[in-house]
Amino acid sequence: MSQFYGVFFEEASELLAEMENLLLQLDPDAPDSEKLNAIFRAAHSIKGGASTFGFTDMTEVTHILESMLDKVRKGELTLTDEMVDASLKAGDILKSQMAGHRDQSATDPEAAAAICAVLKGLADAQSRAPTPAPAVAQTPEPPATVAAPTQKAGPASGSAPVVYRIEFSVAGSARANKAMLDNIFADLRSKGKLDVLTEPADGDVEPAVFALQLATAASEEDVWEVLAFVIDPAALKIETLSAEGATVPAPAAKADPGYGFFEPLYDALVPQGSAEKPAPAATSVAAAKVPDADPEKDDVPRPQMPARPEAVPPGRRESDKASAASANADSSSIRVNIEKVDLLINLVGELVIAQAMLAQTASKIDPVTGESLLQGMNQLERNVRDLQEAVMSIRMMPIGFVFSRFPRVVRDLAGKLKKEVELKTVGEGTELDRGLIEKISDPLTHLVRNSLDHGIELPEKRIAAGKPARGTITLRAFHQGGNIVIEVGDDGAGLSREKILSKARSRGMPVPDSMTDQEVWQLIFEAGFSTAEVVTDVSGRGVGMDVVKRNIQALGGSVDIDSALGVGTRMSIRLPLTLAILDGMSVSVGNQTFIVPLISIVESLQPRREDIKGVQGRDALVHVRGDYLPVVALHEVFGIQPRETDMGKGIMMILEAEGTKKALFVDELLGQHQVVIKSLQSNYKKVPGVSGATIMGDGRVALILDVAAIVRGGSSRMLEAA
Amino acid sequence: MTQTAKAASAAATTASSAPSMLTQQAGEFLTFTLGAEEYGVEILKVQEIRGYEQVTTIANAPVFIKGVINLRGVIVPIVDMRIKFALGKVEYDQFTVVIILNVANRVVGMVVDGVSDVINLTPEQIRPAPEIGGGLGSRYIIGLGTLDKRMLILMDIERLMTSPDMSLVDNDVVH
Repeated sequence: MSQFYGVFFEEASELLAEMENLLLQLDPDAPDSEKLNAIFRAAHSIKGGASTFGFTDMTEVTHILESMLDKVRKGELTLTDEMVDASLKAGDILKSQMAGHRDQSATDPEAAAAICAVLKGLADAQSRAPTPAPAVAQTPEPPATVAAPTQKAGPASGSAPVVYRIEFSVAGSARANKAMLDNIFADLRSKGKLDVLTEPADGDVEPAVFALQLATAASEEDVWEVLAFVIDPAALKIETLSAEGATVPAPAAKADPGYGFFEPLYDALVPQGSAEKPAPAATSVAAAKVPDADPEKDDVPRPQMPARPEAVPPGRRESDKASAASANADSSSIRVNIEKVDLLINLVGELVIAQAMLAQTASKIDPVTGESLLQGMNQLERNVRDLQEAVMSIRMMPIGFVFSRFPRVVRDLAGKLKKEVELKTVGEGTELDRGLIEKISDPLTHLVRNSLDHGIELPEKRIAAGKPARGTITLRAFHQGGNIVIEVGDDGAGLSREKILSKARSRGMPVPDSMTDQEVWQLIFEAGFSTAEVVTDVSGRGVGMDVVKRNIQALGGSVDIDSALGVGTRMSIRLPLTLAILDGMSVSVGNQTFIVPLISIVESLQPRREDIKGVQGRDALVHVRGDYLPVVALHEVFGIQPRETDMGKGIMMILEAEGTKKALFVDELLGQHQVVIKSLQSNYKKVPGVSGATIMGDGRVALILDVAAIVRGGSSRMLEAA
Repeated sequence: MTQTAKAASAAATTASSAPSMLTQQAGEFLTFTLGAEEYGVEILKVQEIRGYEQVTTIANAPVFIKGVINLRGVIVPIVDMRIKFALGKVEYDQFTVVIILNVANRVVGMVVDGVSDVINLTPEQIRPAPEIGGGLGSRYIIGLGTLDKRMLILMDIERLMTSPDMSLVDNDVVH
């Protein structure tokens, strides 16, 4: 049984995410009925799965949520902001409950009860007030004569119970699946009258085939969902045998336990509402589903009950089938263990290296005699490249997966801070590595929260500053070279140079007035640095920005800030697309080859002798476009005998990391490569100034420079560290 | 300070448990030469034997760490035992041999003067190592193997390669 839990958890979390997403898109003033339906379906599916696995706490919450949503989509309730908030909160509760089941940890039953009460209150309060209709409708209804307890189960007695014939087979023997089957049967029994027609003998017969007959008022969709979570849909067949008359009391009574399943809950939570509440629902179902059985219905004013296509049972069932079929066709994706993908990527990486080595050898072959070999090599190179791209794309996911959580974050925070904020996202389809997606999510959240808290001003302040009351936070992602750039922009107050500088001084940092804006902005990434006057529970403690920066740097990325006082701030995160491959420039010093990550190279140039300035008798600075940049000689850093010691003859690479620029002096630039990153530490140890290694086309190892360390430390520090 | 103490106690443990260890250590050994001396390592720790190829040097590493090579996609550090123990003439030609070892879940290559053969030693043929100083302290020696007139120094290669002396691994203790 437990192997199915995983599937349920995954599906349910996807459904929850989808539900949250849709809720956020809902406009309370003009709710989109399709979205409402989709939200309802998501809640419903979670409920189905949860009850199958016996997660009653989740079932309870989803049930109440579902009943409120049901009223909304039927037009009996008008959607309000409170409802959306409550639904979102219910989603959170469900998530925590699910986490509780997954990790066997305790959840907070009080929070769940509280949200249930809120949802229930919302569902009831409104439904009673503006609808005179149910009261009128109740009178002509045939089951009105039935005693009160039965009436409580109104929806069941009102709709026609249908007899379904269900056939399914289970992989493995019946005995092996006993626990699972018992659960399914219990669920089906709770929906109606269940007859087991054929059941495999209690031996180890494989596969175990079952035929059941179920008389229930639940729709085929409901039945399907009970089963679909545990039984392969391909091995499941549901047939409608007959629709029994709505007025026949016996099946109505039979169907009663189906809806009575959740009854105790209703009573327990809101006892006073139980008598009134199901009645309107009963009317609507009865009136809608069996129009001809109720001739007076035309006289009944039902202003809030628009005709819906699903009102007619046969039509509805057909559309359900159609949607189920299309859903099956759509699910052309498979779940694969990420380890398998990583293995594949590693293997392809090896293949690329092997191919490059072959190509190097083949290039020495006489093109005339080895024509067909060289042709084959070309073909191989193309194929390998395509293969590598295709394999890498398996791990690629659109950044939208990260962005999708922000509407919620912004909405909640803006509400808490009493700010008006609009979130715009651009470039959600931009893809990057799955591993990065997971890791970038937290730093990005931090930046967004920061923008909201410190960037966007209160509405009054904004109006006073001549800006629209509603602030805008823009999340933008795009590819640039081999990198992805993610920008968090706001049109808020911007960073104040003076404030940051004075704060820095008060903390005893050595900050000259001559610092460039860029350098000043980078100060906010210092640990414990916050210029917020008030520490809120959102931000302002100065914990975090340093963590953000560290996390991003650990991913091989960088953060830049642009800001203008009173206009806004833009933080740009630049990340490599993947952690496995790096775009690098190969340089040579002496007989060694090094790889410099392309991301940190600003430019490369051959300086004129007069641009090299000495300090204390040594060549120490290079004059580039008005800047004097400190020179780090790579041969000094790594203690190599260089071919070129005259700085006027070698190459200067201007490197930038952490907002500082330095010039790296090397013998020669060799070329640009995409290299597969290999760890030095798996067999050796960390080498100062080196972030990893790679294998070049000739099969030799080249070290990848850790530019941040080099820029930070320079040659002297590096030697000390060694 | 503490580290020295620990090492000393570790050495003491080795010495006291030597007889039982020797019986365990009996088996097949790969023998190789460093200068005039003959050494042996457990055959199960040896992954393969290769010729010496061009290495990529690592900055600021000790001299006996020649650098790293690409062994079918794996980056493997190469240690020259001749430099480490100041034995034999250090030159690299087509006869220079690298023994690729698999120790402590790591792959390490060591350069030796030559590989002789694989021999089988019974427990009786292994004598406990005498207390000797010098480059290869007795704590990295399992024992001395005797075979006819030959004497083999049986190395505890795993302990040696992971020791701070070889500076091949990041040690938690910073000194």
